Parts: sequence; C-alpha cells; structure tokens
Amino acid sequence: MSDALVAIENLTVRFEGRPVVDRVNLSLHRGDIITIIGPNGAGKTTLIKSVLGIQAATSGRVTRAKNLIIGYVPQHLSLETTLPLSVKRFMLLSGRPLAECTSALARTGVGHLLNASVHHLSGGEQQRLLLARALARRPDLLVLDEPAQGVDINGQAALYDLIRQLRDELNCGVIMISHDLHLVMAATDKVICLNQHICCSGSPADISHDPAFIETFGQPVAESLAVYHHHHNHSHDLHGNVVGSEHSGAATGHEECHHDHH
Amino acid sequence: MTIIDAVLNDFFWRALIGGLGVALIAGPLGCFVVWRRMAYFGDTLAHSALLGIALSFLISVPLNLGVMITSVILAVALLLFSRNKTLATDTLLGILAHSALAIGLVALSFMPDVRIDLTGLLFGDLLAMDRNDLLWIYGGAIVILALLTLLWRGLLMSTIHEELARVEGVPVERLRLILMLMFALVIAVAMKMVGVLLITALLIIPAATARRLASTPEQMAALAVVFGFMAVTGGLSMSWHLDTPAGPSVVVTAFVTFMAVYSSRLPRVP
Repeated sequence: MSDALVAIENLTVRFEGRPVVDRVNLSLHRGDIITIIGPNGAGKTTLIKSVLGIQAATSGRVTRAKNLIIGYVPQHLSLETTLPLSVKRFMLLSGRPLAECTSALARTGVGHLLNASVHHLSGGEQQRLLLARALARRPDLLVLDEPAQGVDINGQAALYDLIRQLRDELNCGVIMISHDLHLVMAATDKVICLNQHICCSGSPADISHDPAFIETFGQPVAESLAVYHHHHNHSHDLHGNVVGSEHSGAATGHEECHHDHH
Repeated sequence: MTIIDAVLNDFFWRALIGGLGVALIAGPLGCFVVWRRMAYFGDTLAHSALLGIALSFLISVPLNLGVMITSVILAVALLLFSRNKTLATDTLLGILAHSALAIGLVALSFMPDVRIDLTGLLFGDLLAMDRNDLLWIYGGAIVILALLTLLWRGLLMSTIHEELARVEGVPVERLRLILMLMFALVIAVAMKMVGVLLITALLIIPAATARRLASTPEQMAALAVVFGFMAVTGGLSMSWHLDTPAGPSVVVTAFVTFMAVYSSRLPRVP
C-alpha cells in the first residue's frame, strides 16, 4: 500500500486539562473511506480538525503527506446575510477556473444554481455546494463533517453514494463524521467508534458485534445494525425503496472476511 | 500650483477633501465591520482614541500616531482576552470601550497644561482639518487600499468561513491582525472628522446602506464608498447652510440616506 495521506500517532488533545481526544492512532490511505461515529462530545470534530491541521495537538503527532490537498466540507455554511455572495463567486473564491467550478457543481447536482445567492439555498443544496467546492480543489483527501445534515433521507443515501463515487473518480481518501448509522454502514470501509479514545474500529459488520460498540450505542442499535448487515446487499429508505444496492454491497461485502480488530 | 494652494488654504475645501478621503477607506473597511459583526469592536477601538491622545501628550508624539498605537494595543489585548471565554464578547467590549473612554478623560484632566477641545475630540471638528491631517488621511488611504486589494480574496474567504479558509491555506490569524491594524489606522485618521463617538457610524452606515443594493461583495464595498461620499458632501453642505456641527451632520446625512434606500421600492437584491 502507498504511503499514508495522513498518519496520526498517539494523538491527544486536551481542553483545559480534559482530554477530548485521547491517544488516537489512525492512518488514512488513498481509496479509504473512514467514518467516525460516536456520542456527542466524543471528540469527533476535534479529531477531524487535527486531520485538517487546524487543531493543535497536546501530544502525539499528525503527519500529512507532502503537498496534500485537502477538500473540506464543514458542517454548515453559516453565512452572514449581510455579505452578498453568489454560488458562482463562492466557487471562484477557491481559486480554481470557472470551468472546473461549474463541472464540480454539475457533478454534485447543483449546476443549475450557479447564479443563485448562497443565502437562498436549502440545507441539502448547501451541502452539495460545499462538496462541489471541496471537489473543485481536486483533493487528495476529502474531509467531511456530518455531510448529510439537513438533507432528507433519500438525499442522504444519494449523497453517501456520491461520496463513494467521488472517491473512485479522484482516487482520494475520505474521512467523515456521521450520525446516520445505517447509511454509514453501507457507505464506508472502516468505522471508527470514538469516545475520546477509539472504542473499537473495523469493518461495519465487525464493529456492530463489538462489545465496546454495543456499550456505547446500546444493544438495540447494535442489533439493528447487525441484522441490517445480514442483508447488506441492498438498503432501504423510509418508503421501503431500495437504494444504492450494488454499491453498498460492494463496499461492505468484501470487508467481512478480513478482520482488523483493535 | 496656485489653484491647489488656494483650495488647500480654504478650510471648507480641506474639510471636503479630507472627508472624502476618509469615506474612501471607511467604505470597504466598514463592509468588513458589518460582515464580521465587529460594530462593537470598532466602537471600543474608537473610544480608546481619547486615551491615545492623552498618551501622545505624555510621550510627545503626533496625536494620530498616539491614537493608532493605543488602538493597536487595545485590539491585540482584545484578541487575547477573547480567547478566554469566561465573559461574553459584548460584555468585554462594553467594559473596555467605556473604561478606555473614562481613563482617557481622567488622564487628560491630569494634564492642566494641555489645552484640548474635548467636544472636537468627541464629536469631530471637521472644519479644523489642516494640511497635516490631509497627509495622514491620504497616506493612510493609499496604504489601506493597497492592502485591501492585495489581500482581498483571503480576507473575504476568512470572513465567509474561517475554518474553510484555514484549511485552504489562508493565513487567517495574520489577516485578522492586519484588519485590526487597518481599523486602528482609519480610527486615527477619522477621529478628527467625526470624533471618537461617531466613527463607527461612518464605518457601518454607508456599508449597511450599500448592502440593500449590492449583489457582490465588491459592489457593496464600492457602493459604501459612494454613500460615504454622499454623506460627507451632504453633511458639509448642511453644516455650511444651517450652521450645524460638521461631524454629526455627516452622520445625520448618512442615516437619512440609509432610511431612504431601505424604505424605497427598489427590487430586492439577494
């Protein structure tokens, strides 16, 4: 395997003495999709910020590959309405040429919004805009902080699907935070369950059996995921429609045979 | 040369030229005050100007320089203080703004030899603008406009989304510091014009007026300059014809324009 895009060694981040991220080890390679799950206050965002290089470590090391280009999709685009800004201008601020900006917008399905004001976008459109902006930078690593927030359930499945496709097209690494357990399980290669320290990590199918996971999320959640994974060649949205059947199967199926349990 | 001399010898023309110069930089900087919700911050820096004047007398440096130094010190102090989240920012700013004003007044009262025009400092004395002031204003304007042009994309990006900007390699902290230095400079040069109590008005009213009509950040900055020009010319004519104080007249004109633009039936801009 090629060198890691990001390698985290024994990372600890403390806020006022309280460890928020505690002795975390993690490495991320091209083609990986790693999802961080965990309860509120588990240090997920702090860990992501360490990956991004905007959070100083208390101890431990974060090593990024040389000239690594990161595409960051923040949780919100909380914009001051006093700042007039069009989608086009927001994209161009990435410093990329217009052609690449428009094709990135088209790729995430919001090409028609080029001349709209960013203030008039719905939650889902904002997320797609942010993803397009990250995409326009041609990232080696895509970092997403709850990308499906404010997106309806159909959109969520489609969004995770899109992220997986982008991983294939760009051959980039992906690390994201998510609360949408079911969708995450279908869309990811490796799940990290964080509660300051890494409780457990591994393929989605593995960790749903992990005692540490069950302890953190409770038996019902773990069971529902375990059951779900016995039928992991397709998934359902709220209406019972099958979504992302081939992809979700391909992404999780092969992981079941090799266990990299920590 | 004689025409320029004649113009510069006339107090009214000096006031107009100086006022336009201030409006030229207050426009774009005012936009950042509005975008970054720094109105209180601007007020705090402005209120510290009085302290700066006391300081200038104490260490005998030019007034403008003393004011700038104090603003910069206060700005940096605020940056450091605001990292400690025990007090809400507006409380902290309120404390520092009024304390700086009070300390300045007390400090000045300890200097009986210093004869200063307190009303002029608080509310401006545009008509007393001299050639040296014009030099400060236009020198400052050149520096600020050059910096803004050079750093525009980074400043805009860190205003829109600080973390995103940081990830993309924008030196957010450094830009914040430069922005503060620019505020300090504009306060030092605008103080003479509208006084320490009204400087913030000059920064935010034209920018807020411009927001109603602008659809890009650059348009907003340019329109803020235009509205600033209107406020200065309108205010000075008002002062000339009605014998009203010049600084407050400028602010009143800006406010009337603001009301007119927001109550007009112009099409909504995104």
